[in-house]
Amino acid sequence: MKAFAELFTALDSSTSTTHKLQALVAYFRDAPPEDAAWAVYFLSGGKPKRTVPTRTLREVARNVSALPDWLFEECYQAVGDLAETIAHVLPLPLAPAHDLGQGLAHWMEKRILPLRTLPDEERIEEVQRCWMELNAQQRFLFVKLVGGGFRVGVSKLLVTRALAQMGGLDPKRVATRLMGYADASNRPTQAQYLSLIAPENQGDVSQPQPGVLAGQPFPFFLAHPFQDGIETLGAVSDWLVEWKFDGIRAQCVKDDGRVWIWSRGEELVSEQFPELCAAFEAWPDGTTLDGEILVWVNDQPAGFNTLQGRLNRKLVSKKLMQDAPVVFMAYDLLRLNHCAWVDQPQHARRTQLEAFIDTHRAHSDHGGLPRLLLSHCVATSHGTWAELETLRQQSRARGVEGFMLKHKDARYGVGRTKADGVWWKWKIDPMTVDCVLVYAQRGHGRRASLYTDYTFAVWETPPADAAQAQAVAQAIAAGEKVEETTARGLPRLVPFAKAYSGLTDDEFNQVDREIRKHTVDKFGPVRTVVPTLVFELGFEAISLSNRHKSGVAVRFPRMLRIRTDKPLHEADSLAQLMALLPAEKTT
Amino acid sequence: MDLIVSRPEGLYCPPGDFYIDPWRKVDRAVITHAHADHARAGHNHYLCAAAGEGVLRARLGHLNLNTLGYGESLVHNGVRISLHPAGHVLGSCQVRLEHQGEVWVASGDYKVQADKTCTPFEPVKCHTFITESTFGLPVYRWQDDANIYTEINHWWASNAAQGKASVLYGYSFGKAQRILAGVDSSIGPIVCHSAAQALNTAYRASGVNLPASMLVSEVQDRQVFKTCLAIAPPSAQGAAWMKRFGSAYSDAFASGWMLLRGSRRRSNVDQGFVLSDHADWPGLMKAIGATGAENVIVTHGYVNVMVRWLQEQGLNARSFVTEYGGDQAADDLPTETSA
Repeated sequence: MKAFAELFTALDSSTSTTHKLQALVAYFRDAPPEDAAWAVYFLSGGKPKRTVPTRTLREVARNVSALPDWLFEECYQAVGDLAETIAHVLPLPLAPAHDLGQGLAHWMEKRILPLRTLPDEERIEEVQRCWMELNAQQRFLFVKLVGGGFRVGVSKLLVTRALAQMGGLDPKRVATRLMGYADASNRPTQAQYLSLIAPENQGDVSQPQPGVLAGQPFPFFLAHPFQDGIETLGAVSDWLVEWKFDGIRAQCVKDDGRVWIWSRGEELVSEQFPELCAAFEAWPDGTTLDGEILVWVNDQPAGFNTLQGRLNRKLVSKKLMQDAPVVFMAYDLLRLNHCAWVDQPQHARRTQLEAFIDTHRAHSDHGGLPRLLLSHCVATSHGTWAELETLRQQSRARGVEGFMLKHKDARYGVGRTKADGVWWKWKIDPMTVDCVLVYAQRGHGRRASLYTDYTFAVWETPPADAAQAQAVAQAIAAGEKVEETTARGLPRLVPFAKAYSGLTDDEFNQVDREIRKHTVDKFGPVRTVVPTLVFELGFEAISLSNRHKSGVAVRFPRMLRIRTDKPLHEADSLAQLMALLPAEKTT
Repeated sequence: MDLIVSRPEGLYCPPGDFYIDPWRKVDRAVITHAHADHARAGHNHYLCAAAGEGVLRARLGHLNLNTLGYGESLVHNGVRISLHPAGHVLGSCQVRLEHQGEVWVASGDYKVQADKTCTPFEPVKCHTFITESTFGLPVYRWQDDANIYTEINHWWASNAAQGKASVLYGYSFGKAQRILAGVDSSIGPIVCHSAAQALNTAYRASGVNLPASMLVSEVQDRQVFKTCLAIAPPSAQGAAWMKRFGSAYSDAFASGWMLLRGSRRRSNVDQGFVLSDHADWPGLMKAIGATGAENVIVTHGYVNVMVRWLQEQGLNARSFVTEYGGDQAADDLPTETSA
């Protein structure tokens, strides 16, 4: 625990990639493999199921610290992180833990994971016992490990590089071996760790490589946003052009008579899509396809909202499967007959994919619906970029986000790289609306204590003029009830979206100052702000929603800029927002 | 009768007709310490602790100044004034006022931890105590200084071994001298920014023992820039002054705010050392308790939190709005000044 805590401090306190890499390598070099196994698991994003509910941790910490609830809450609001708050309010530790010298594996397997099965009272006692043996920084880590919220500023890529350095391996090889390692269902072992850094099999390709497990996906190849002029890309004929669907990126793997479905976050999501697992059972073993899971209705994708309803369900009901039928839109072939295709050029993989789908489309259905679709290429019939640009205008009507441009010679790279050829996402511009900041909340982590999380509103009905908008602002500043304001014939501001990204640090500081100056009221951590600031908000899509007061939900809202040039009364209205809804879905 | 009230000019003593740390120009000002937010230029008459004369003059230049030794008193318009050590920085004091049997103490800024560069905080019995609240949240608990200096020494020595300068940001008055007095000067040469060096000179002139420190302009051998500890105000971060250390230096921030990860990360330095010249939460509570005061008035910092907590402890607590601690008026936004 001590060594891991020191590694965490080194990683957390440094802003330099070189230092972080050095710290990782030094840790892996010295740590016993069973500890390194857990360290890799956490550092690459592994989150074991929570062993004690957050609410319990908080309650126990508050009791032990003997702080009133409001004061604990004040502390939490200032610190911006529950584990850190707990670490600092608990009484100072008594004596260092007798097993502090024990490694991470001991703490995980002997002290933290067993908490899950203890009866409530014993569990609370054991948590307290642990706390009193640890210093502030170790307590912080302990709460993170117990609560399943461990995070540190290290990319998976860096962990991969450190391991590659340890084992004298190609980082890409390590990345491939790491796939699925951090899945919640995995419990890392010494043997697993050693196979991550084991030397490669030289020569004999028929033997499986160490560290490659049945059902394991490949590291996802990620696209870059395309922002330059399209003519910089050269000849259209060098590119594979496909529609960019807004679904769940996934790899479907068939091995050992079973289907595995992996999300881009390297979570095993097979259970959430039983119809796909059933439909792909007939695929030959040793197959991996890359593509997008979509809810497919009337031969086109349904809004992302519908797909969201299918995510993170423990049980998928028949009704849900009927209401939101999913398909797998395949666009790449990564493995066939146990042979990796990732180093083949894009066009060869494409040809092979088309052949695969030709053969298997017919028996890849379930419940009477085809479940395996091929992502169509649009380049062939449209020879120029100009034609493509025109066609791209149809994106919104087709329910897609724009185009994917894949270089025909690109290999399937690891992560967001351009080293092996490139994938561009050529998205249409986001929808925008000018709206008013009405509530603000402090951020977390680096932005703790700064007001960076905002709620935005549009006018329910447009104000007649500037004076009317000012009257509304004054009513809010005076704390008048909304009903009274509307009874006076004044328009109302309807909150419709929250956003916390898109501004620079300087802009956040500026807005933070405005918020502090214009706060009317506080409800817990939320401040009501006099409406003065108008923002241009961008979002990817909009749909009707009965869960939101405004009646609409927007996807990926973010601040594009502060509209200091725009007076309050010129902010958009609900009708203007509604006008952005896709035509056939407004009914 | 209220011996201290809040006026637009600053904290005012009505029977004595003078101010304590006023932020606008007044006739008579008692100064608790020479930090810029407490000691402003332009008053007609100044009174401060004798130990603080050197630093106050170093900051404000020529003044019409009277001083009092710690524990000595004088009577002005029937109000007995005495000054008592606050342990914040060299020459910092609490102002004790006594009038018709009523005793009030205004503490300015204070800490209860030991500090080699100034006289330690001394609790003063009173009826009403005016306290700061910069770190007035239970999460703020300081470690023993010795631990922090061990961390700093370790950081410095390991940087020096790698041929890198160790640039430590801290407030030029108080923090810089405390660091100087606390670190192990045998590790290597110490360089100070001119803002800190001016105060070092004033400290030394007042009899505080500090290890040798030089200005960058005094450095002959450029090797010094690869092994030294360089003490500079936070404003030096990213400024031209940093150029001489090349690109390989390591930087750190010494401040109470460094206790929290969020502030540490926002400050964008390699290291944070939790070293503050203000009292932590237990320190504030201990100091307030030791005065025996029934009335407590809270200024600058986590004002609302402290007032509510003290009320819940059965004290008669309220607040004054002041202009101390930068622009953080009675709110929760930490600023990096004099922390």
